[in-house]
Amino acid sequence: MNVLKAGARAFLHLFGLPAALLALWWFFAARSDSFYYPTLNEILSAFGETWFSSRIVDDVLPSLWRLAVGYLGAVVLGVTLGVLLGSHRQLRALLEPVLEFFRAIPPPVLIPVLMLFSGIGDSMKITVIIVGSVWPVMLNTVEGVRAIDDVLADTARCYGITGAARLRRLVLPAASPQIVAGMRQALSISIILMVISEMFASSSGLGFAIVQFQRSFAIPEMWSGILLLGLLGFALSLLFGLLESRVLHWHRGLRQSQKGEK
Amino acid sequence: MTLQPRRAGPPPAPHPRSRTRTGALPEPLLGLLGLVLLAGVLEVLPRTGVVSADYLPPFSEIADALVGVAGEESFWQALLDTAEGWGYGLAIAVGVGTGLGLLIGSVEVLRRATASTIEFLRPIPSVALVPLAVLVYGTGLESTLLLVVYAAVWPVLLQMLAGVRDVDPVARDTAASYRFTRWARLRHVTWPTALPYLMTGVRLSASVALILAISSQLIIGSPGIGKEIALAQSSNAVEEMYALVIVTGALGVCVNVAARALERRVLAWHTSVRTEAVT
Amino acid sequence: MTSTDVKSAVRADSGLLDVRGVQKTYYGSGRTVEAVRDLTFSVGTGELACIVGPSGAGKTTLLKCIAGLLPPTGGEVRLGGARVQGPPPGMAVVFQEYGRSLFPWMTVADNIALPLKQKRTPKPRRAALVAEALESVGLRDVPHAYPWQLSGGMQQRVAIARAIAYEPDVLLMDEPFAAVDAQTRAELEDLTRSLWRNLGMTVLFVTHDIDEAVYLGQRVLVLSGSPTVVMEDVAVDLPAEREQLSTRALPRFAELRAHVYEQVQRAKTFHTAPAAGASA
Repeated sequence: MNVLKAGARAFLHLFGLPAALLALWWFFAARSDSFYYPTLNEILSAFGETWFSSRIVDDVLPSLWRLAVGYLGAVVLGVTLGVLLGSHRQLRALLEPVLEFFRAIPPPVLIPVLMLFSGIGDSMKITVIIVGSVWPVMLNTVEGVRAIDDVLADTARCYGITGAARLRRLVLPAASPQIVAGMRQALSISIILMVISEMFASSSGLGFAIVQFQRSFAIPEMWSGILLLGLLGFALSLLFGLLESRVLHWHRGLRQSQKGEK
Repeated sequence: MTLQPRRAGPPPAPHPRSRTRTGALPEPLLGLLGLVLLAGVLEVLPRTGVVSADYLPPFSEIADALVGVAGEESFWQALLDTAEGWGYGLAIAVGVGTGLGLLIGSVEVLRRATASTIEFLRPIPSVALVPLAVLVYGTGLESTLLLVVYAAVWPVLLQMLAGVRDVDPVARDTAASYRFTRWARLRHVTWPTALPYLMTGVRLSASVALILAISSQLIIGSPGIGKEIALAQSSNAVEEMYALVIVTGALGVCVNVAARALERRVLAWHTSVRTEAVT
Repeated sequence: MTSTDVKSAVRADSGLLDVRGVQKTYYGSGRTVEAVRDLTFSVGTGELACIVGPSGAGKTTLLKCIAGLLPPTGGEVRLGGARVQGPPPGMAVVFQEYGRSLFPWMTVADNIALPLKQKRTPKPRRAALVAEALESVGLRDVPHAYPWQLSGGMQQRVAIARAIAYEPDVLLMDEPFAAVDAQTRAELEDLTRSLWRNLGMTVLFVTHDIDEAVYLGQRVLVLSGSPTVVMEDVAVDLPAEREQLSTRALPRFAELRAHVYEQVQRAKTFHTAPAAGASA
């Protein structure tokens, strides 16, 4: 009985508020005649019609492709630069103000700049995503590499763990909590840049499609696009959470055991 | 040799870091040198034709354009508009995030009931709301505010939730046993614990807000630096565009430095330097 | 158990540790600190020598110089006749901070196997060494646990297992038991002695605990305060079979302890010249 009760409560906690919000939307959209807020029915039917069509190939997949390439590029570049900068103090001192400046540039303003170099094709969008998302990965990696425990580093040296093995066995795992935190920040920046770069200059993609709908006053379709972006963000965040718990399970355990000791 | 001592170990006071004894420059000077080198590279690349000057004008010309832009009143108006969108947006986001965070964080039922909704809403990219903002508010300040607030409220809210959760149970029990009023508990127990988290949230939000403010100007065309960049781009005023990009970078640096200074000031009394809550 | 095949691979003098005139000065920003002034001693193959000295005596600095982790400013360290210029292959180190010297992202078995992998020990041999090492430190049951799941004493056992699986000629131990409780400490002391007697490697054991030094060592080297020199080299003429209660109850143990204690006391005020590094 108690199990049932607890289960019911958990269910209520999980779905209660979302259901209430949806009901509210349903209620108000049905009563208001505002053109801008279509009913849920309309949005959902538009969702099916709009996205389960040739748009998957024309808009959704290109967007996802740009996002994937750009994001992975940013992660690889960010970790590489971060490890380099993190392990060379002089280099870091030389580049710190420069990097501080580049990091502070709001990434979307790079879109017009990069358009000069590579037009409005995929390569521009991918470059925008890389250039904009590389910073959190890089800076977090630098912090992670700098914070490597010196006893651990000495241990590795004593046992001849140097060069590539040191990178793989010591530096990357030791910095992984910070790297993953940076990757999480980079993921949301990547999505934003994917959408913005498509909104600003494109002939395909999610951002492009949504702006098209808005300009042609296809309101339910526009909402369905917003919904799709929301679902995409949510799904990627979920996926990332899975990756995180796999990669960092040792870190969570370590932290819990340290907390227990205090 | 970049290893930082994390804990005070038993070994002797002198730090066992082998100093580079090459008569190297002190670090601030080295950083300055880095900036000068960057300017030099930006000057040389187009001059030698490695990069076409059509795409990347020499640094000196960008600097000229910057001086020119700074002489125009419209630039300062745009700067003011950007600051306005950023400032109001951030203020609203911090207010809403703090309030909601305190409320949801202190009431267990609310915390549980909202968890799934927050988990769902948070990763929605704020720029998805661009078309909605345009439809409803047009190209005015309100559009910018909608996007800025939506994006900037999350860091504050999440940090606040983490902060309220971090309240020491012993302190809470003590306060309860002395029959503190609800207000006094909030004021003397919850708030001081959550403040460092809040400051971290504010710092993160400040830079997110700037990004969104300028993005919305760029895409929607609400007045501000972002719009000026879009205008410069469409009229092919390349030097001017670069100059404005540099301005946004400088703005970003100012925001970051100010946010960190504020954080340090507010938390001067706080013994532990907080790391960001992993959320 | 493994002593025979370990020894057979080892040259007669490969465990000979020679410290000649080692001096270490730190150059900080604006100040220089002479941590170790002039240290000369040697530890023969298969010997167990303890180093004691007042805290802040540069023991850790010395150990890092011997381990090849820090280049000495003057003098040299030789292991088996070859000059130490980086961490030498035949040497293993056990640090005091067990929690920070095990890789938290690897299981116990992986922690022990990693240095062997690095040495390109073939896989079957590696597995055997890991199992043997765990067995000999009494941790047969935990190869798949993570270090942070173990108690402090067990973690230090893992660190010791890693060191002996490496089959070193010389084992350096830097105050290895300073951070564990008294009961565990006694157990680990006995473990150290039995491992040493079984495996026949040279052991250099640094500690600030006089009792521990006398109980464990064949010799005790007493260091002065910083800048450090060797004040005395005490031979410990206790029977080779040692036992926590009976050995410590021997009159000779008390004498040796009193002698070393006096030396350490004297060491604290040994240098009347103004010490540059007195800031600690």
